[in-house]
Amino acid sequence: MIIAERKPFDEIMKMLEGHKKIMVLGCGGCVTVCLTGGHDEVRVLSSQIRMAREKEDDPIEIIEKTIERQCDPEYLDEVQDVVPDVEAIVSMACGAGVNFMAERYAATPLYPALNTTFIGGSLREGYYVERCQTCGECKLFYTGGICPIARCSKSLLNGPCGGSTNGKCEIDPEVDCAWQLILDRLDTLDQMDRYEDIMEMCDWRTNRDGGPRKMVREDFQR
Amino acid sequence: MAEFEPTIVAFCCHYCAYGAADLAGSMRLEYPPNIRVIRLPCSGKVTPVFLLRAFEKGADGVYVAGCMEGDCHFIHGNLVSKPRVNYAKKLIEEVGLEPERLEFFNMSAAMGPRFAEVAREFTERIRELGPSPISKKFHSNKDEAA
Repeated sequence: MIIAERKPFDEIMKMLEGHKKIMVLGCGGCVTVCLTGGHDEVRVLSSQIRMAREKEDDPIEIIEKTIERQCDPEYLDEVQDVVPDVEAIVSMACGAGVNFMAERYAATPLYPALNTTFIGGSLREGYYVERCQTCGECKLFYTGGICPIARCSKSLLNGPCGGSTNGKCEIDPEVDCAWQLILDRLDTLDQMDRYEDIMEMCDWRTNRDGGPRKMVREDFQR
Repeated sequence: MAEFEPTIVAFCCHYCAYGAADLAGSMRLEYPPNIRVIRLPCSGKVTPVFLLRAFEKGADGVYVAGCMEGDCHFIHGNLVSKPRVNYAKKLIEEVGLEPERLEFFNMSAAMGPRFAEVAREFTERIRELGPSPISKKFHSNKDEAA
């Protein structure tokens, strides 16, 4: 899933200067699962904003909404009756959701409440780690399912660097060396021969270097 | 000027603090009338939303009272609740409220005197902090009405 963190509260308050009526819009997708932009977080942020403004004797009215996903146009229509009534929208979706909202409601200022950080998963409740960098060309077949692009600090493709010590990365003793994990796993699977295959230079055009990406399922195009 | 009488919301677990409040009453123990008790099935039911909304609606102080550690009826509800209260302290601090206005207490259903003691101590703490800047309006409205 996409992991995001809430922006510092002061930064959000600064965006809202001058507004008297806003909507705080949550997203029921990834950011609900990673506890940053779902129904509960909308209510928490709205309470905080109202109290902060009340304290300054500058009250603000907030409409609290959460839709299924902000990255799908069909769900964005659910708030079309509310948008004309507000001066601005605070989106608690990831960057993709904010973009979709901005495109759908072009005449209303849209402010992001989150910083979108990475694609990952939860090791345990409330603890999220990066596992994919969306490079666009998975090499996981060669590496036992452990990604060297996302998990090696240097994104090395053919074995560890000299900074790998006791299975840990030189950037931080708490960060696992991805290549140690890969080699341990290949060894367990008796697939060490795959380590012998030299991986060629990465074609970064499938990453962001080729410009904004898209994926089209032709059978769905009408 | 009359002494400031804070409004305090106490979220009490049904299996401990709520029973302790009952016992405190049966024992005819005196504690300040500032406490508004809200019964929960477990202190683990509390989320930051509950706590923030209480402050937003005019509470000067809020506390959550759950079972003694290891004694939760639902095994670890109180252990879930305590970090949430600590997290919510940061949230109210961002807004400009003192984190001391929010607290978590452990007690058992047999601790009626402790319930009264917590009520007294917390009321005194909030009295020293003064009215919450959010609730000032509520208080001033009340004064005007009076």
